[in-house]
Amino acid sequence: MAAVRVEAVLAAAEEQEAEKRRSITVEKELELEYDLGNLLAVDRNPPPAAALRGAGPRREALLQALARDNTQLLVSRLWELPAERAGGAGGPLVAQLPEPTFRLPREKPPPKARPPTRWEQFARLKGIRRKKKTSLVWDEQAKEWRRRWGYRRAGGDPSRAWLAEVPAGADPEEDQFARLRREKRERVARNELNRLRNLARAHRAGRAVPAAPLHPTGHQDRDELRQVARVARVSTASLGRFQPRLPKESAEPPSRSGGKKRRFEPLLGNLAAERSRQLELLRDMGSKKPVLDITRAVNKQLRQEEAEAAAANKGKKQSKRGKRGRRQQRPGRSGKKSGARRQPQQQKPAGGGTGG
Amino acid sequence: LIYCYRKPKTKRAKRFLEKREPKLNENTKNAMLIKGGNANLTVTKVLKDIYAVKKPFAVLYKRKNITRPFEDQTSLEFFSKKSDCSLFLFGSHNKKRPNNLIIGRMFDYHVLDMIELGVEKFVSLKDIKNSKCPEGTKPMLIFAGDVFDVNEEYRRLKSLLIDFFRGPTVPSIRLAGLEYVLHFTAVDGKIYMRSYKVLLKKSGCKIPRIELEEMGPSLDLVMRRTHLASDDLYKLSLKQPKGLKPKKKKNISHDVFGTTYGRIHMQKQDLSKLQTRKMKGLKKRPAEKSAEDGGATPKKSKSA
Repeated sequence: MAAVRVEAVLAAAEEQEAEKRRSITVEKELELEYDLGNLLAVDRNPPPAAALRGAGPRREALLQALARDNTQLLVSRLWELPAERAGGAGGPLVAQLPEPTFRLPREKPPPKARPPTRWEQFARLKGIRRKKKTSLVWDEQAKEWRRRWGYRRAGGDPSRAWLAEVPAGADPEEDQFARLRREKRERVARNELNRLRNLARAHRAGRAVPAAPLHPTGHQDRDELRQVARVARVSTASLGRFQPRLPKESAEPPSRSGGKKRRFEPLLGNLAAERSRQLELLRDMGSKKPVLDITRAVNKQLRQEEAEAAAANKGKKQSKRGKRGRRQQRPGRSGKKSGARRQPQQQKPAGGGTGG
Repeated sequence: LIYCYRKPKTKRAKRFLEKREPKLNENTKNAMLIKGGNANLTVTKVLKDIYAVKKPFAVLYKRKNITRPFEDQTSLEFFSKKSDCSLFLFGSHNKKRPNNLIIGRMFDYHVLDMIELGVEKFVSLKDIKNSKCPEGTKPMLIFAGDVFDVNEEYRRLKSLLIDFFRGPTVPSIRLAGLEYVLHFTAVDGKIYMRSYKVLLKKSGCKIPRIELEEMGPSLDLVMRRTHLASDDLYKLSLKQPKGLKPKKKKNISHDVFGTTYGRIHMQKQDLSKLQTRKMKGLKKRPAEKSAEDGGATPKKSKSA
């Protein structure tokens, strides 16, 4: 008897629950797709086309019923999100929305990292780091803390400087004030020029550069002019072999047959040389020990020592900068300046011809 | 600020430029609502209503601009650059295309997609005498109809409409403030856009029962011409920078039941020096030891 009553009670409770839930349940053929981050729901069920064809209030009522069902489903989902009371116990109920999943196109392309300026490249190579300067400097004359530069700076207003010392080797007739003013103007102009150059380099780095015009435009830089000069030299009948060279150009013209990799020996030439070369290649491939390229090993070692010295100097503050610096040093390694510095005496390292 | 040939001289100018430059997390897209050379009353009212829905992320231009977006896009791009808007809605009217609306979006200040829609019926906010919801409410968007997935143009239209009406992306939302819903139904070659105010009624359980009240602008649209971006340009615009992806924590895995497992990597242990449990019972007693060694043994240190 008791068991039957318990079952009846449970069944009744379930009935009640179902009643309550009926008001918020919606029957749909296909489940909706939800993107809660965007408060978006997509219903794939085909709407009743025939019923919606006739214009008038019936259509509106149908559309509203459809909208009500879909909104009910979306709101049920939103209400199931983890929610908390913002601002204490009495505050409004706030739900945490997930990230939006629907992919929408961006407004602008993602920002590209700015390529480093000439100074930044040099500093990275040398391991020079920024010295954090204090914003205020003690001014002895005014006996107070003044700005480093700007309004009421520490050294007094430079435009009101009434004394300009004549330096040791200077012409006594020269106007020192005029010289100072001229030098400042030159400095400002040079800085502005460098800033614009860095900007142009950054601008060019992202985009494809159109081919440089072959006549001088006055807006070309060194690399472009070098390219143009090379093209001009090679466009003679003998492909530039008998052209006189400019005073500072390299003496050795680029070999006609190409560099190291584009050189092809004649097919039926020196059989002994060919044989010895093939045997050398097989020997290097078969040997267990790796072939040592002395140039590269020496360069690598020197680079590593330099990086270590820089790291040791700066100590703990290395963290991000150092990693980036060491990673970025690789383009510096193949640069002209560093490559030229480390030229070892040996021209043909042992086994370098085959191993490379 | 990277490509700034003229450096800003004031902080305010610098902030202005910083707001407009490309960023990792972008700003909310602004929309510009423009009237064409021959816009009529219906189209003007539509623009005004959409402006009311999209405030404050929209600009409504008062004057008429004589341009044809489908022929020449330069004037639209100029406006977009000046007002930093990447969405636009252009309204015009002529005999061949009455009550015309061109909805579109930009990528890098160049037109990405443009879809021309014709307004067949329009009921404005003013015509429906109901209470409205506050300005700037983030709307819920619902798309009904299988056409939105099957047809390529409808798919782009869906993406455009979501982009247009989405509003700012927020991490959390007040549940009682979900008041506005925009419902788009695609049936029979027509798109019905209806806006409703949501009333949350008590139901027996935690989740409330929804009742809808027709509120805002309702439009019956029909798709006319389209100017969609090529696939690769669209893919380029969808590309998200790597910095946005959440960093994956390594060595953490989950199983089916929701238990989180982690991996700890230990260094190699010298097993000979391992400290095991002391079994006192197995310790050699002094009597046994002396019996073994056969003699007085000096005190020895404990061995492991």
